[in-house]
Amino acid sequence: MSNFPFLSVLTVAPLVGALVVAFLPRHRPELAKQVAFAWSLLVLVLSVVMWVSFNAGGDRFQFRESYSWIPNWGVSFTFAADGIALVMLMLIAVLVPLVILASWHDAESSKRSVPVYFALLLVLECTMIGVFAAADVFLFYVFFEVMLVPMYFLIGSYGGHQRQYAAVKFFLYSLVGGLFMLAAVIGLWVVGGKTFDWQALSQVDISTGTERWLFLGFFLAFAIKAPFFPFHTWLPDAGGAAPAGAAALLVGVLDKVGTFGILRYCLPLFPEASKWFAPWALALGVIGIVYAALLAVGQNDLKRLVSYTSIAHFGFIGVGIFAFTTQAGTGAVLYMLNHGLATGLLFLVVGMLISRRGSSLISDFGGAGKLVPVLAGVLFFAGLASLALPGTAPFISEFLVLIGTFTVNKPVAVIATLGIILAAAYVLWMVQRTTQGTLNPALTEVDGMRRDLNLREKVVVAPLIALIVLLGFFPKPVTDVINPAVQATMDDIGRTDPAPSVGGTVQEAAK
Amino acid sequence: MTELKLPSIDYAAISPILIMLGTALLGVLVEALVPRRWRHVVQLTLALLAVLAALTMVVLSADERIITAGQALAIDGPTLFLQGAILVLAAMALLLIGDRSVERGGAFVAQAAVTAESADDRRQAEGRNGLTEVYPLTTFAIGGMLIFVAANDLLTMFIALEVFSLPLYLLCALARRRRLLSQEAAMKYFLLGAYASAFFLFGVALIYGFTAGIPGRSAGVDFATIHAAVGESPASPVLLFAGMALLAIGLLFKAAAAPFHVWTPDVYQGAPTPVTGFMAACTKVAAFGALLRVFQVAFADANWDFTPVLGAVAVLTMLVGAVLAVTQTDIKRLLAYSSIANAGYLLVGVLAPSRDGLAGTMFYLVAYGFSVLAAFAVVTLVRDDDGEATHLSRWAGLGRRSPFFAALFTFILLAFAGIPLTSGFTSKFAIFGPALEGGQAWLVIAGVLTSMILAFPYLRVVVMMWLSEPGESTPTVMVPGGLTSAALMIGVLATLVLGVAPAPLLDLAAGAAEFVR
Repeated sequence: MSNFPFLSVLTVAPLVGALVVAFLPRHRPELAKQVAFAWSLLVLVLSVVMWVSFNAGGDRFQFRESYSWIPNWGVSFTFAADGIALVMLMLIAVLVPLVILASWHDAESSKRSVPVYFALLLVLECTMIGVFAAADVFLFYVFFEVMLVPMYFLIGSYGGHQRQYAAVKFFLYSLVGGLFMLAAVIGLWVVGGKTFDWQALSQVDISTGTERWLFLGFFLAFAIKAPFFPFHTWLPDAGGAAPAGAAALLVGVLDKVGTFGILRYCLPLFPEASKWFAPWALALGVIGIVYAALLAVGQNDLKRLVSYTSIAHFGFIGVGIFAFTTQAGTGAVLYMLNHGLATGLLFLVVGMLISRRGSSLISDFGGAGKLVPVLAGVLFFAGLASLALPGTAPFISEFLVLIGTFTVNKPVAVIATLGIILAAAYVLWMVQRTTQGTLNPALTEVDGMRRDLNLREKVVVAPLIALIVLLGFFPKPVTDVINPAVQATMDDIGRTDPAPSVGGTVQEAAK
Repeated sequence: MTELKLPSIDYAAISPILIMLGTALLGVLVEALVPRRWRHVVQLTLALLAVLAALTMVVLSADERIITAGQALAIDGPTLFLQGAILVLAAMALLLIGDRSVERGGAFVAQAAVTAESADDRRQAEGRNGLTEVYPLTTFAIGGMLIFVAANDLLTMFIALEVFSLPLYLLCALARRRRLLSQEAAMKYFLLGAYASAFFLFGVALIYGFTAGIPGRSAGVDFATIHAAVGESPASPVLLFAGMALLAIGLLFKAAAAPFHVWTPDVYQGAPTPVTGFMAACTKVAAFGALLRVFQVAFADANWDFTPVLGAVAVLTMLVGAVLAVTQTDIKRLLAYSSIANAGYLLVGVLAPSRDGLAGTMFYLVAYGFSVLAAFAVVTLVRDDDGEATHLSRWAGLGRRSPFFAALFTFILLAFAGIPLTSGFTSKFAIFGPALEGGQAWLVIAGVLTSMILAFPYLRVVVMMWLSEPGESTPTVMVPGGLTSAALMIGVLATLVLGVAPAPLLDLAAGAAEFVR
């Protein structure tokens, strides 16, 4: 099976599904939902087969395919996946069916076409897979930009309060970053001898000044996408206004494109510049961890709160990447996966709460656990996973990032650890105000709050909970895949891990 | 007495020009001889056939690389490519001009001389058939454009400029509705255009003076002589610089570059929409074709002198177009400012002194022409009882009323914004790449920054159409007849194809991108 063109098929399949769903008759929304769900399951099955045929000890890039596209500019449809991309592809394949299932009734509350909502989700899946599978800088850029369009319509057409404002802000922020990247992409193309092939470009020597400018062009786009402080202001608006399913994909996957881009493009293509800018990037990461966590504590809107927690988590990922150790790097990649699972779950659960209550304000809840105990339990679990409780998957990644950073940069690691305490504060306080304490009498009057999780919703949350617990105790299958890719990335920038030592004794003993 | 020698003329090579001008004359005869009720059909068929015939001749002589008719016309790669572009785009524009299904009697006035806003004027607006003189006028304009991009000396260029400008001035005045606006537009265009022509002519005179006095060569304004003179002329370079500046003013006026752009929004708004589309697509091709030839053939060796100035003009044009587009509330004016900004991007291409730059600029011209014609085709369809509803507030909720046309227009706007998988993206790449390679990084940065600004007005229209609820005054979109549908679909498909698979046209442009001297 290893010769099967997994990546191109995976990219195209959701698009075909989207076309099928979009042309289903508008008055048969149930059919559209079923087709979309079945299609995303098909993609999941294919991804699992791909995961199994990936050889963790083999080449860095596998499943490579290349077809000519615009020979005049040296552009080709080149797909290839390393361990990092593979993990992200799996995350997409797992999340999309769950999101479709979770958004079963979301589109009906708007006056828009239901099939189009699900078609847009599938288009989004196509572009997300493409962006992680591309091994051609031009192709990556194409997916990076096109990805905005379905998300824009998902937020703008199906979102909640202030959806127009949020959609436009999301689009313009991303486009600004994208256009800076376009300038850098063209620059890279010119200095790289008119090729877009990632592997060829990673061999090119670039003069220091040019390299720094090109790094900045790429980094800015990724920092806006991720988002890092101070480019984060669009995320709470977009996350707050998007329908819960789309928000889960936005924060769970779309934003990872930023951190993935830094790992795949900034570090290997511009190693010297990456090292030069690393202190600045670390500073942004640390500020993001503390600042976003503090803001999260003060939020009264559930979806905005979850968005702010994500910004804090992206700070962790940023720190992990720019610490330049294998441990921290592996932690960062693992964090990308775990954050997708944990925050995806949190967004979906919060969405279930909001759709029952008809409000996303924390102050409209209170004691909800007495009415919907199972839902409250799942929310509590998602919250604990989000604050990286030992035994849940995010703990491992956060821990790896912190110890990996500690070996090279103690102050950063120490400040970042503060983020854990703040995470406990915002999660536990949120849970307390929504599901614990005395029952808010207004809740009993809302019909929706008397229904606990139904079967469909249980099917949505169960796999995520299982994965979070499983990876919390046994992350080896994932780390086995990630480690070689991160190791190779560290080799690209010429950093080796500091030798382990116990105080100064080893060196003294050596003397 | 010296014997007068007739220059040899390669009639096959210049046949596209002859066909268009001949058809225009024939069209005048049709006006005189054919009964009124047949004129529309006969004229439209005649014009389309002529464009097809001319296009066939262009394709047949695709490998021609000669200078003919004395030194007057250069039939080379860029000429043939741009002539082909003009003809294809003109055919689309003719489809829009000829459409009578959207508005009864077509988009043109029945009697141009009737006092605007009088009772007579209202009667003609009710649905009497528009006048058919527009076809010979359009055909003349196309013929002029074909000469303009082929002209190999400044005088021929000047004559071509007048041949295609005068019919355009008239066409602008012929809108069926909002007659005052239309007449004002024509007047403004004519007066400013006349000034620009005068500048151009004065520039020709100065350049002629500059070329005098080279040993062994007589003075002249053909590009070979000017090219030689730039290196060798003993005359003061002030003549050269002043002449170049005046020529540039004349050409930049037609190209709608800042600070010579002020006519554009008014004229685009006032002119009948099919004519606006024709100007936005074909005039742009012609103007940039001439700019390319003048600056890359005649003044190639002076590029150190003109690049900073034209670069500044390009930056200014992009900025003015992008910033002012943000504040517009009328869709035609918005597209006008967008067209100004696009002139700025095209100037970046003109300043990329390489084969790739030339090819990229030509690619951009074609891609932009298709998109902008499709955009104006949609504008003709959104209408109420008073004709086109061009105020942006009226477009609110259009996506709910007519999702199909709103989707097409959204696609075109995304192309203008440069989103990948549209021709807007590939054409920007085709221009910015060679510019960066040619060391014009500052122009590329300016282009990228203004693209960001420009994305906002486009996005506002998308928001209007899709995310706003339709109001009482949201007009319906007419279901267009075959002609407009054809033009619209060609434009949209070309925008898609050139965005997804640009390689064939890029190859064609790259093969054509070499001037003969």
